[in-house]
Amino acid sequence: MAKDLQTKIRATDFSFFYGKKQALHNISADLYSNKVTAFIGPSGCGKSTFLRSLNRMNDVIDGTRVEGKVEVDNIDIYAPNIDVVELRKRIGMVFQKSIPFPKSIYENITFGLRLNTKPTKPQLDEIVEKSLQRAAIWNEVKDRLNDSAMGLSGGQQQRLCIARAIAVNPDILLMDEPCSALDPISTAKIEELIQELKSSYTIVLVTHNMQQAARVSDYTGFFYMGNMVEFDKTRTMFTRPAKKETEDYITGRFG
Amino acid sequence: MNTENLQTSYETSRNKKLIGLFAVGITLFAVVAIVGLLISMLGNFLIGGLPHFSWEFLIEAPRNNNTEGGIFPAIYGTALLVILMAIMGVPIGTATAIYLTEYARQDSFFARSVRFGVNTLAGVPSIVFGLFGLGFFVQFVGKGADAALGNTGIVWGQPALIWAAATLAVLTLPVVIVSVEEALRAVPRELREASLALGATKWQTIWKVVLPNAITGIMTGLILAVSRGAGEVAPILFVGAVYSLPELPDQLSDQFMHLGYHLFVLSTQSPDVNATMPLQYATTIVLLLLTFALNFIAIFIRSRLRGRALK
Amino acid sequence: MTESREEVLKNPAPINIQKRKRYLGETIAETTIKVTASFSILLIFLIFIFVFKEAASLFSTSTDETPATENVSTPTETPATAPEDDLKPEVYNPETDLLLEENQHRASGVAATDDLKPEVYNPETDLLLEESQATATTTGEAPESYGADITESPTGETSGETKTEENPDEAESYNPEVEDMPLPTVGNDPQVEEPEEVAPKTIWHNLLGTIWQPVSEIPKFGLLPLLVGTAKATLISILIGAPLGILAAIYVALFANRRVREIVKPAIELLASFPSVVIGFFCMMTLATIVQNLFGADYRLNALVGGLGLAIAIVPIIFTLTEDALSSVPGTLREASLALGATEWETAFKVILPAATPGVFAAVLLGIGRAFGETMIALMATGNAALATWTILDPIRTFAATIGAEMGEVVWGSEHYSILFFLGVLLFIFTFAMNAITEIYVKQRLIKRFQGS
Repeated sequence: MAKDLQTKIRATDFSFFYGKKQALHNISADLYSNKVTAFIGPSGCGKSTFLRSLNRMNDVIDGTRVEGKVEVDNIDIYAPNIDVVELRKRIGMVFQKSIPFPKSIYENITFGLRLNTKPTKPQLDEIVEKSLQRAAIWNEVKDRLNDSAMGLSGGQQQRLCIARAIAVNPDILLMDEPCSALDPISTAKIEELIQELKSSYTIVLVTHNMQQAARVSDYTGFFYMGNMVEFDKTRTMFTRPAKKETEDYITGRFG
Repeated sequence: MNTENLQTSYETSRNKKLIGLFAVGITLFAVVAIVGLLISMLGNFLIGGLPHFSWEFLIEAPRNNNTEGGIFPAIYGTALLVILMAIMGVPIGTATAIYLTEYARQDSFFARSVRFGVNTLAGVPSIVFGLFGLGFFVQFVGKGADAALGNTGIVWGQPALIWAAATLAVLTLPVVIVSVEEALRAVPRELREASLALGATKWQTIWKVVLPNAITGIMTGLILAVSRGAGEVAPILFVGAVYSLPELPDQLSDQFMHLGYHLFVLSTQSPDVNATMPLQYATTIVLLLLTFALNFIAIFIRSRLRGRALK
Repeated sequence: MTESREEVLKNPAPINIQKRKRYLGETIAETTIKVTASFSILLIFLIFIFVFKEAASLFSTSTDETPATENVSTPTETPATAPEDDLKPEVYNPETDLLLEENQHRASGVAATDDLKPEVYNPETDLLLEESQATATTTGEAPESYGADITESPTGETSGETKTEENPDEAESYNPEVEDMPLPTVGNDPQVEEPEEVAPKTIWHNLLGTIWQPVSEIPKFGLLPLLVGTAKATLISILIGAPLGILAAIYVALFANRRVREIVKPAIELLASFPSVVIGFFCMMTLATIVQNLFGADYRLNALVGGLGLAIAIVPIIFTLTEDALSSVPGTLREASLALGATEWETAFKVILPAATPGVFAAVLLGIGRAFGETMIALMATGNAALATWTILDPIRTFAATIGAEMGEVVWGSEHYSILFFLGVLLFIFTFAMNAITEIYVKQRLIKRFQGS
């Protein structure tokens, strides 16, 4: 059964500079629709930088520069006529430290929706319920939507952040080490959630936990010192890695 | 092995102990001296002023050449002054702080100039602000306003409530800016990024996410500025404060009475200093109460802010 | 946005992320903020410009002033330029207007005619004539120093009169102007002295003179007494305040346990919040008496009392900054020293304090800057006599107090007015220099220290 592999995001010779320092060297990769792609590598190797480049979140840092191309649905997102704000509406992001707004659960979800449109209350209610359901947290919070989001546990907060990101209907979900601050049970819940979500979204995940990448992703990219050393199907990378560095990392010879 | 040497080397020599005691003693003495000074000042004021201090004192006007009665007009004038000052100063200070934290590239020339300006402002003696108030607000802006409005008499070109408030707004600007900046920096970076990642613009992020989070810090700045403004006398010596008025000020171009100024004139120029002394001390108590209350509120809010940021 | 996810997936719309021109609100917000932020730089410039501007007229008109002042010195001129309402239309100063009237009341022999003499257009000469006649005929009362009390002329007047009669002790102590007059180093009777003097040739000669007597026939604006006074007060305040503040900070930061710290720090912050007028009040009421009893001073309000008052004002500053500097020395440094066998106090004085030197230095500099420019305490506690001696029990006059005392009564645009602004310029420059030195020095030292030279 040949699956239709559609490229959702394509990076071509993409380089990234913090001032004079080059953080990413000529990264090229295809990230496919409705698949989970994971980036692994030791600390400081550039995987988070690359992830953040996909929704141009690095723009907020002073003095950064890019070379090369990143195309989303065949549109170069670094072209001068691109509206970054619109771009970010199509690409959602979940951060390492779950960071709900200090407002109610309901208001967290509706924040993105109310930025530029004025949906009615019934519309909002519906979206809130759907998002929370998709994020597998609806049952836990449906009775306290107006309570502060800060009262949730760590794992719940992270799922809330996922729900918040989903609520604006992005095509792509970027997740930067979403489970690193969570306990194993919450981590398992979120990994399960990722598997469910991939049928509706393209997911790109950065993790420092190799086993998580092996469990959860379809494709994996191994980063080392700003280079993407290898990019392949997860199963292949973990059983028959092509490069020696990959093998060394995976077998724990360095890290 | 010479155990004798080992023995003595584990005890601090007597000399060292003595010096140590002396060192601790002298520093402790300094602390005691300062705290003692504070207590004796407060005690002195309370003893001198409590007898005359009462509810009536706060709501009545002075009578009988300031030997009896209250200081309500001074309280009223001071309150008006700081309200106007806050209206003028807090928005400008907040906007400057927002610029410095959210918009400025940290090493740009403009940002550094703004910071330089703020730091310099913070160090200027308060009397120089009074000169500025006179030379700029009264003589330049005020006279200009009179000319532009075609006033026959002098309405704006003289010491007035509005110019005093403007002068104090300039003086307290650094306080506001520093407090608001502190509050804005306490907002975690990820919060801003989360908002941006949802497709909010920069200003939407500031307005809907950052500022609501920083509101306590803004209030701290406001209260600290008000507390300083209420206590400073030098800048308003010749920019609007007067000693006695037939009626309360009701126009921005009126002059006004002021707690600190009143204390100053009472104590240095009363015809009969002994008779007005109770009023002087009571005024001091009111002024101190006001300052303490404001500072206390600011500290309280600030500690709550710190507690939240650490979470 | 309200379509179901499934529907969206079935008909994926092409991503339209071209730039749209709808961010008007955004640009408005950003521009408004940038404009308001630039106010702070603008303000510094404005202060600079406007204070300098008023002072600058000194130096451009200095040559013009001289002939006029020489006019004054010949006694025969005096009746000719008869006292009148001399204030020209521009030279309005509501307070001085009333002031003149009062002077005319007092100087009974001086008839108030009211023709303006168009040629002799010299505001302060006429004013000074008024005043010198006033001073000649009364018992040496200077015009009210704190201008704004004019609005209650009855009380003002009575206060003028009664000052000299009753209770010499209290009146003199609480009334700075009375002390203003009996200047030991200057002849009390202006009339005797004036005609023999020649007016200073240029403004610089005047400024560098040794007498500050702006209210006289030949106004003398010698800055030296003011400088000496300010220096005396500042020195005393630093000599007392800096050790107190630093030692107390050492105790609180390095020796005290947490409970003590939690009580003392807020207490000193409380002291820091005292308005300076309150401190001045305390000094002139209570502290002055104590000092007088202890040292048997001739004058109740003098440099020592003023210096002590300033010390009260700057101790919290020095304490807070020093304590901050000491606390930011890394704890590892302390532990390393203790591990080598040093005692607590040795560690404190030989390791931590030296490490915090830049911060301590900054604290002292800022304290000096504050003391130099402090107004209210100087106005209330120093006696306000422009003496240029080094005795600490003599009254003094500081720059800031001079501005505060005399600004309310000067004629707008006169030489006196400009000189007061010039004093403001001096203050501005001094504190600016202190700030600059602190920043540069502290930054440099800190960089050197933590990055190796």
